[in-house]
Amino acid sequence: MERKALTVTALTRYIKYKFDHDKHLEDVLLKGEISNFKRNVRGHFYFTLKDDNAQISVVMFASKARRVQFMPKEGMNVLLRGNISVYEVSGSYQLYADTMEEVGLGNLYQAYLQLKEQLEKQGLFDESHKKPLPRFPRQIAVLTSATGAAVRDIIHIINRRYPLCTLLIYPTTVQGEQAKHMIVENLQAADQNPDNDLIILGRGGGSIEDLWAFNEEIVARAIYETKLPVIAAVGHETDFTIADFVADKRAPTPSGAAEIAVPDQHVLLRDLHNHQTRLHDRLNQILTDKHRQVRQLAERYVLKEPARLLHTAEQRLDDLMHRLQMRHPEKQLVDGKETLRKTRTELHRAFTRVQELKQQKLENLENRLMSLDPRRIVDQGYILGKKDGRIIKSIHEVAPGDTLELELKDGQLETKVIDKKKKEHPYE
Amino acid sequence: MSKEKQSFEASLKELEQIVKALESGDLPLEEAVKKYEEGIKFSQHCQNLLKEAESVLTKMMKNGEETDFELNNNEE
Repeated sequence: MERKALTVTALTRYIKYKFDHDKHLEDVLLKGEISNFKRNVRGHFYFTLKDDNAQISVVMFASKARRVQFMPKEGMNVLLRGNISVYEVSGSYQLYADTMEEVGLGNLYQAYLQLKEQLEKQGLFDESHKKPLPRFPRQIAVLTSATGAAVRDIIHIINRRYPLCTLLIYPTTVQGEQAKHMIVENLQAADQNPDNDLIILGRGGGSIEDLWAFNEEIVARAIYETKLPVIAAVGHETDFTIADFVADKRAPTPSGAAEIAVPDQHVLLRDLHNHQTRLHDRLNQILTDKHRQVRQLAERYVLKEPARLLHTAEQRLDDLMHRLQMRHPEKQLVDGKETLRKTRTELHRAFTRVQELKQQKLENLENRLMSLDPRRIVDQGYILGKKDGRIIKSIHEVAPGDTLELELKDGQLETKVIDKKKKEHPYE
Repeated sequence: MSKEKQSFEASLKELEQIVKALESGDLPLEEAVKKYEEGIKFSQHCQNLLKEAESVLTKMMKNGEETDFELNNNEE
């Protein structure tokens, strides 16, 4: 049996595969001293990291090397983070470093981690404490150096996005021993100014030492205490400070903070157009609806055949007329005439009766009168004396010598008065 | 209240409420037309505010007083 020989390439690939798939080697934190440091024209770092007993080749490509905040030197103690892999061409394994820190600052980093943990436990980073940002800030307090790139970037971006707001710069020393006190002081001043709606606390990138003021506990507590929302924008995208965690909003850079702080006027204009379109559409819709309603109403049969409406109305009218006729004056007149006729008949009847009664009475009177007729007295044998045709009743009406006519039952006598004697006691 | 003096925020809020009212309510035609006209007015007011704002006003705190801020581009 003949064993098949491996090629060098195949073996090296196998070894590289083993390195790349080892979980202990894919994320390594390594401490050591820089030796044989080289920086090539493209910005890559090549050096050896060693301690008393061993050494390892290190590569740091330019994209990562750019972020290192100091210039590595021979003999410097550093902390590297990266993965171990094999460079096939030279058959060597090496550390591909992502970050590099000076070990001297490792103590600071340790302090940072401790404070971060402590404040987190105390609830300073709680989401529930974070205040919402105003939608349209009228005035923004900017706490940063008045001369750095940060302030220029912020002004530039806000100018472009939302020129309606005002910026009030609080020139703030953001680096050095006094920085933390100044930051706290300005945070309080900005918070108390009623014109401010929002605070941006920022500075450009720097080493962990440069940014240290933003890792101070008094700064963290001052941010926590502000009533106004705070956007923290410290350093670059990869730099996280305690201030970033406490702030209501964290922006990767000062420019980023400006973008978070204000709306974009182009978006606003688009929204306004949108609103207008919606208003247009809705009004059109309402108009269309009303048109349809009118059309639908027009098609209802009462409108198509208005006579039907009249039918009902006519019927009602008839009804009313009938009721009205019952009370018409003419009808009342007829009724009145009838009453009158009846009354008249009754009156007539009554009148006739009265007449009859009167007639009777008259006849009675006539009878009585007739019984008193002097001729009837004569008929009974009495004599009736007259002078010049007039009946005499007293001796005074005549004088002796007068001619008197005496009427008797069977004729007349002409006589002459000889004398007259007055009765002594004439009875009356 | 004079519409000319209303802030961008207040005007936009009015506009948003009008759009909402017009879209959700079954308004009588006359009221709908009125709302529409108001909405357009607010929208135009907002647009004018944006158009008229030339550049952001920048001030600086100096010894507790607000002063003009001049950006020194030569620094750094």
